[in-house]
Amino acid sequence: MLVALGVCAVVALVLIWDVLASAVRPARARLRMRMASGWGDDVAAYDPGRERRAEQRARDLLRSCVDDADWEMYRDLGFLRVWGSDGSGTGAGHGVAPYAYLIYPHKPIVAYVPRSSRLLSEYCVDFPDGQGEFGSERLPPSDDVLAKWMALTADERRLIESANLHLAGRQHDPDAVRSDIAALGRWEREREQQGAASSVRAL
Amino acid sequence: MRLLRMKPGHGEVLIAEGDVDIAEDERALIEAFRAQLDQGMWAAVPVVAPDGRRQAELVREFSDIPRDAERVIFFPRAAGGC
Repeated sequence: MLVALGVCAVVALVLIWDVLASAVRPARARLRMRMASGWGDDVAAYDPGRERRAEQRARDLLRSCVDDADWEMYRDLGFLRVWGSDGSGTGAGHGVAPYAYLIYPHKPIVAYVPRSSRLLSEYCVDFPDGQGEFGSERLPPSDDVLAKWMALTADERRLIESANLHLAGRQHDPDAVRSDIAALGRWEREREQQGAASSVRAL
Repeated sequence: MRLLRMKPGHGEVLIAEGDVDIAEDERALIEAFRAQLDQGMWAAVPVVAPDGRRQAELVREFSDIPRDAERVIFFPRAAGGC
């Protein structure tokens, strides 16, 4: 009885070893290839510290270019709103324009109607840098936002004509965007209340 | 005036810097400006609009840059994505 159990145990161990070895073999081959191609290249390509420093510089540049309120909006909510200039008759409407854009990092720009929160469309636009180093053509997230902001405020039509137009909801979750618009409204009301309270205290 | 360029993995990089009132500096700035546009970059100048809000102006010629501009930011040309 003990001999039979021992034989079974040996057979089971051999089978398990065989299964594990076949699973490990491709990983060992990949490991050998990576070692042959050099660890240094991989380390240089995936340096999270470099990406973090690049993003910090991008945030500083963005902050130096936009209004303080816009910077705080981006810092607190993670997106920027730009008023649409077409159709308002007086350039950027700043609260009365019939439409506005939400700029997210590395996501489509969303056009919407501020008065009704109705989503109009998504504009997919990239700023690919063919000379990108470290294996990436993508700008840091805050540089992507700044590039969209500069292009929209400088030449809205040119940017929109460069973009791929899609119906709202193709890439963004419409509920999430509506939630962002609602959060923006609350954020602005809180700022107004804080501003009013500061004025009263100053009197 | 400083010419800055957004670069993946870097943030902004200083391309050139100089005083536009000094002829030699201005020539170097113009050369660097054209080189960036030749590489397909867009050039933007952050400005303050008459209503006090900040915005940007896209420029295609060095002469379009306001003489008192502190910086010009180059970024890759927009392309349809997603």
